Amino acid sequence: MNLFRLSSPQTFYPFAGRLVPVFAMLAALCCAAGLALGLAMAPTDAIQGEVYRIIFIHVPAAWMSMFIYLVMAFWAAVGLGLGTRLSFYMMRALAPTGALFCFIALWTGALWGKPTWGTYWAWDARMTSQLLLQFLYFGFMALTAAIEDPRRGDKAGAILALVGAVNVPVIYFSVQWWNTLHQGASVKPGQSSMATLMLAGMLVMAFAAWFYSLAVSWARARRIILERERHTDWAHAEIARSGSGEGGRR
Amino acid sequence: MKARHKRFLLIAVALGLLAAATALVLNAFRDNLVFFHTPSEVAEGKAPQGRPFRVGGMVLPGSLERDADGLTVRFIISDTAQIVPVVYRGALPDLFKETKGAVAQGSLGADGVFVATEVLAKHDENYMPPEAQDAIDRAHNTAKTLQ
Repeated sequence: MNLFRLSSPQTFYPFAGRLVPVFAMLAALCCAAGLALGLAMAPTDAIQGEVYRIIFIHVPAAWMSMFIYLVMAFWAAVGLGLGTRLSFYMMRALAPTGALFCFIALWTGALWGKPTWGTYWAWDARMTSQLLLQFLYFGFMALTAAIEDPRRGDKAGAILALVGAVNVPVIYFSVQWWNTLHQGASVKPGQSSMATLMLAGMLVMAFAAWFYSLAVSWARARRIILERERHTDWAHAEIARSGSGEGGRR
Repeated sequence: MKARHKRFLLIAVALGLLAAATALVLNAFRDNLVFFHTPSEVAEGKAPQGRPFRVGGMVLPGSLERDADGLTVRFIISDTAQIVPVVYRGALPDLFKETKGAVAQGSLGADGVFVATEVLAKHDENYMPPEAQDAIDRAHNTAKTLQ
């Protein structure tokens, strides 16, 4: 199969339609396995006790919030460079999911911070740059929604996505570059300072976050495709078909 | 050069310039971006004078003392090179322990004692079950007795 054919919204729409349920199933399976590993099988932490178990949510959410922004920036660059419509649809489809993961990372971090550090929030470099990421996500969503001409909205959003991407390495390396309250990375490429079962639970939860993001963003991309391509014959037919299908039989 | 190659080049150059500008700004503000100062920086006079700041490091083993009132605690923050004695009146976080990281906010008195208004525990990046921690502690103690 030629992968470039998928850059056409008309080809991508049914392709994504077939894969979304697969991704959703994989997400559910990974989430169940990850939670079983993390909450039932992984040992208690020697110093923090049970409260450390927030990492099974916090770390995958934080990773995903940074990674999704980079993927948005990638689609923004492809869209601006090649003028492909689907790139912009993908970029838009990812933003709410990235914002959600960023929100989860900030809140679970605060709930963990109180019993361990003794404070919900501190203005250290890691937390401040992560908060900036949250505002970048909200800003992207507000900007693209506020511009009435969708193609101009695409371009404006793409520029914000590219400019904001500079913040992602700052978040990631903040704990190395500056003295921060937030601890350094426990998992780096090729090494880890965690017990094996804890690490396994965290990685399986990270896969769950990946599959969830794929399922949700592709489903959202399908909605965006129908909305933006509604003037074409195939999309028009698809809207009519799914509209009548929801009423009764399919 | 095709038009789309030109656009990609433009995007790459713009991003490169933006990254360079960010790097310069972050470098210029480096001293303001640190959450705390180390005892060495305090000793060298690099910590802010005349306004509150944070000092962070390891709580020196055996340095934690409680005053008779039961509320005031004294301890020493060390970065293995320099030390800062700290006095603090209030509740310490649960994870505050000797040999572990801590960050104190407050100001340096004329007598060289840091008067803290807030003390936070700093956690490290190691996550391990209690048995593994015990094994490490035992190995550590054996190594010490052999010396």
